[in-house]
Amino acid sequence: MEIALSWYLGLSAVLFAIGVAGVLFRSNLIIILMSVELMLNAVNITLVALSQYMGEVSGQILVFFVMSVAAAEAAIGLAIVIAIFRNKLTVDVNNINLFKW
Amino acid sequence: MLAESLFILLGTVSVVAALGMLIARNPVTSALWLILTLFCVAGLYLTLSAEFIAVVQVLVYAGAIMVLFLFVIMLLNLGALPQLEKMDWKKALGFVLCVIVLSQLVFIVATSLQLMPATATVAEDAGAATTIAKTLFTRHMLDFEMIGVLLLVATVGALMLAKRKFA
Amino acid sequence: MDISGAYDSILYDIAGGFSLLVLLLAGIVCIVWDIFENDEPVLPFVAAMACVVGIVWEVRNLDAGSSTVFYDSIRAYGLASYINITILLSALATVILSVPYLKRIKHGYGEVYALIVFATAGAVMMGTANSLVTVFVGLETMSISLYILAGLVRRDEGGIESALKYFLLGAFSTGFFLYGIALLYGATGTMYLPEMASGFIERGELTLLFWAGIALFFVGFLFKVSAVPFHMWTPDVYQGAPTPLTGYMSTASKAAAFAALVLVLYYGLAPMPVAAWQTALAVVALVTMVLGNLLALVQNNAKRMLAYSSIAHAGYVLVALTAGTSQGYAGAVYYLLIYSLMNIGAFGVMALLEWDDKEGRLQTIDSLAGIGFRKPLLGVAMGVFMFSLIGFPPFGGFFGKVAVFAPAIEAGYTWLAIAGVLASALSGYYYLRVLYVFWMRTEEQADPAVRARAFPVSFSSAAVVVTCALVLLVIGFIPYVRDLTQIYFDASVFATMP
Repeated sequence: MEIALSWYLGLSAVLFAIGVAGVLFRSNLIIILMSVELMLNAVNITLVALSQYMGEVSGQILVFFVMSVAAAEAAIGLAIVIAIFRNKLTVDVNNINLFKW
Repeated sequence: MLAESLFILLGTVSVVAALGMLIARNPVTSALWLILTLFCVAGLYLTLSAEFIAVVQVLVYAGAIMVLFLFVIMLLNLGALPQLEKMDWKKALGFVLCVIVLSQLVFIVATSLQLMPATATVAEDAGAATTIAKTLFTRHMLDFEMIGVLLLVATVGALMLAKRKFA
Repeated sequence: MDISGAYDSILYDIAGGFSLLVLLLAGIVCIVWDIFENDEPVLPFVAAMACVVGIVWEVRNLDAGSSTVFYDSIRAYGLASYINITILLSALATVILSVPYLKRIKHGYGEVYALIVFATAGAVMMGTANSLVTVFVGLETMSISLYILAGLVRRDEGGIESALKYFLLGAFSTGFFLYGIALLYGATGTMYLPEMASGFIERGELTLLFWAGIALFFVGFLFKVSAVPFHMWTPDVYQGAPTPLTGYMSTASKAAAFAALVLVLYYGLAPMPVAAWQTALAVVALVTMVLGNLLALVQNNAKRMLAYSSIAHAGYVLVALTAGTSQGYAGAVYYLLIYSLMNIGAFGVMALLEWDDKEGRLQTIDSLAGIGFRKPLLGVAMGVFMFSLIGFPPFGGFFGKVAVFAPAIEAGYTWLAIAGVLASALSGYYYLRVLYVFWMRTEEQADPAVRARAFPVSFSSAAVVVTCALVLLVIGFIPYVRDLTQIYFDASVFATMP
């Protein structure tokens, strides 16, 4: 295993930024949800890489929990999307603007 | 050398696929790109010899989460109305912000490399299911219980929010 | 790794995490019971009893020495008991206030009470966490339950939009929070807070990775407590969610998030140079107080006004955390207790005075003109809550504000404390406006729909509101409550600072 740790961390940072960009730029709710999943995955790479290089297992335990949380978030997020779609017949965030300060 | 080329291959494909997800017009295409990214991430876990996490990654993400996404996209019949995203100043600002954050993260990660706490070589058994299971059921038993509750909450909540007639 | 003796101390662990386990059990009982008897009216009673049992247990352990249980996953006794009481009191009040409210809007599902209990369990876990893994798991359990509860009235477009906003921004901030945890883990090599501190004392240096981690971690936290650059979700979510549950979001979940932040700062980061993030926290606290209060001034909707007010109060707590001393942390914990009591009371009154059938989304403050004469009990209670939120002397809020501002002055942040006092003075305008509308206007100025409506007040709801008001009247004169927090934070931890 001669790959430098920084490669993994750098790749993870790039994927995380792509996920952030997806949340900020896309207006389709489902793609925003997928971008959030990508962000969580990017963090998982960091955690597994750090955990393996330090020989400390709790990073991988957290990854295990993050995956469960990602599954739960996907389920709830998609349920909310379905409820929104029934109400407004759209999944575009720009059309969901009831509240104004 | 093999490990390095494998990493470069998987890393490149995962970034390209993530960008594909970002710019695809059709949600189904986006989801398929994301699945490719997730498989590459699973491959990356294998290069880190974290076999258990790699297997779980494929099972949970490709097997469950992405199927759910595709199912919902098709249920709502979203593929039929692809929309052009229009660029405005807010998004441009967001993009600039994004690039700054990205460059900072890459810079920090690259520079703190030599400052990392002394890193041992990868422990061969650290990624094995036995090690993870033993830690999970002793040191992290409370967290593990709570994750069970979390999944129960998600099941109940998804029903409450999405069922046609809830009572 | 031999695990044959892994569960030897399980009885001790169960005693330490008793209130958490009771909550989990009660939640599961609610869910299973609801399968057989749909929307059984006893379920809220089960939920409330779990909270009561937890409170009684924790009160008995208030003076016990702090320790950790479940392999150092969570803290128990002492400080943890104090935090748990704050969270459980808010949860108990929420459950009792929700029963008549949800019955009125015809959403009194049994699942709701199970979700409140599970959210409370998550909050308790987060608020007493001793490792970053536990913080994350508790936070997510709490948040996901709250996303669902925010969207409870999904036929109303406001309700479901509120859930969507809460969910999207919550999930987004979770990403940052998690990245922060990952980088902190990389920089310190551990997930456990005390080990982070001792590891730092040994090494004596901080990497750039650590600073990046801390920054992302704080961003995630500030999202959850709705401090100003990250506050935009709060008013929208509060306005659209069912009112008693909004009260829960602004009290229990905020108290849990702040408690976790205090634990991280005190146990995990105490030996590290506080000055580095003090300035950042001070700026955030200042902006949060000023902007929260200014935006609250221009609100017509009562729930939106209370949402901005809760943002401002997050700023006051941040003032105490800025001080970075044991008095500061003690003040923050004390303030959270008082803040929870007055805010849950204020939201309780608004829930009882709701008439628009849209979870108060369209209801202006002015529409309730002269309601104090029709419902004197609620009017007087609201008076207590409003004066307390301003920080007027005989009420609890005043003692809370003293507890958060005094440590900041001692730590040399006099300008911040002065800004806080000025911001509180500014807040008097919009809090007193509520009382002006309630008491100084005549009923004829009220909305016709309000005049036609009876506003029935059930005994249990009235009891909760009155109890909160009475406690706020006397709590400042019971020094025990304040002194306890001082004992928990031992100044010796700070002696190791290099």
